[in-house]
Amino acid sequence: MTEAATALKTTPLHALHVELGARMVPFAGYDMPVQYPLGILKEHQHTREKAGLFDVSHMGQVRLSGDDPAAALETLVPGDIKGLAQGRMRYTLFLNEQGGILDDLMVTNAGDHLFLVVNAACKEQDVAHLREKLAGKAEVELLDDLALMALQGPMAAEVMARFVPEAATMKFMSYLSATFKGVPVILTRSGYTGEDGYEISCDKADAEMIARSLLGEAEVEAIGLGARDSLRLEAGLCLYGHDIDTTTTPVEGALEWTLPKRRRAEGGFPGYDIIHRQLTEGATRRRVGIQPEGRQPAREHTEIQDANGTLIGEITSGGFGPTAGAPVAMGYVDIANSAVSTPLTLVVRGKPLPARVAATPFVPQRYYRG
Amino acid sequence: MTKKFTKDHEWVLVEGDVATVGVSDFAQSQLGDVVFVELPEAGRELAQGKEAAVVESVKAASDVYAPVSGTVIEANQALVDDPSMVNSAAETDGWFFKIRLKNASELDALMDEAAYKAFLEESH
Repeated sequence: MTEAATALKTTPLHALHVELGARMVPFAGYDMPVQYPLGILKEHQHTREKAGLFDVSHMGQVRLSGDDPAAALETLVPGDIKGLAQGRMRYTLFLNEQGGILDDLMVTNAGDHLFLVVNAACKEQDVAHLREKLAGKAEVELLDDLALMALQGPMAAEVMARFVPEAATMKFMSYLSATFKGVPVILTRSGYTGEDGYEISCDKADAEMIARSLLGEAEVEAIGLGARDSLRLEAGLCLYGHDIDTTTTPVEGALEWTLPKRRRAEGGFPGYDIIHRQLTEGATRRRVGIQPEGRQPAREHTEIQDANGTLIGEITSGGFGPTAGAPVAMGYVDIANSAVSTPLTLVVRGKPLPARVAATPFVPQRYYRG
Repeated sequence: MTKKFTKDHEWVLVEGDVATVGVSDFAQSQLGDVVFVELPEAGRELAQGKEAAVVESVKAASDVYAPVSGTVIEANQALVDDPSMVNSAAETDGWFFKIRLKNASELDALMDEAAYKAFLEESH
């Protein structure tokens, strides 16, 4: 083994991935399954049609506690955390002083604490950031004794109900403390595929039992990171470090929906002045969906030109959408060219590829609405 | 008429002075599900070891190199219409293009099937 390989971390499901014949690749410091023998295309389609099980144990799970952790967290993110009812969750962003995005995360009001799920590649810096900025105001604990899985797809609810009956009626973006075959789990009705489904947080020691139980159901296949990426891209969801990063604000990133009225009016989060100005006067560039013509995918870092051949931006995520049956992409363009249907030219291997600004998601989201 | 292979996992089958070129079954298994191919136009001059075609899977784009030098006489239109043939028939109907050989001695440096198999075993 090379030095890089020996330095990789593993999740509690690593041996199971290998047993299932996964092709393992380094991702965010972990040795992770990019695909199983089924292949990315079929794994993607299986998730859209039935149910897929994803190991996302590399992600960071963080417990934030204290006298008023919601008020404390609101000093670092623009979301409405104080208004988050118990048992409900919300997507928000850690921002820097320039309004740039340090990470995106899910925040759940778990009653006596907040439960955060952050990106694998950012988790150490997120925890350091929280500890530094919230010193004296909140306790920050990285829960690295936990595993995290996602069960996603139109049959996820039916499958989960066989083990956790009360999961069936959970609302989208809600949280439930439950028991799965006698072991404690935290379920959230959420995910990263545009489909109905759950994320399952459990003790590391119970992860393999839960994974094998779910994979034992006829509707469920193991799904790798390859299909996770094509699923989220079709669903129009951002990948941190690609579609959003420290150089993009929530306004430029077309994430205004993460900026609720109260926070827009009151401020009190990093980068407020810049974000407030962009909300009032507009930003100079914007993240948009991009639909290339024909079948050729346009990948990340592909140059985007306007109708006159002027460079106006770059693709930040791009590939082939198996459900869309066509290439799909997202990227940043100047504001003048950001309206849906605007013709663009992508420069792929030196050749012009016609494309248009497209509405996202590329396939309809099918979240559970009760 | 024997099939020869490159270290970049292309295959070439020569009949007279015409060579048919594709990617090996091992290559397709590594690429994963192919969704797009870009093939050279008839008349294009290819140099041994230089980019000749592009194959895109769901995950990534990869270059296909010319195993021998020559002039393209035909691209496989059926493969353009159904790129998944790279996966289902890599070393038969999933051929990429045919070229008229410029220098048949270039074939000598390529591996035969047995040598390619041995190469795969030692490098993977």
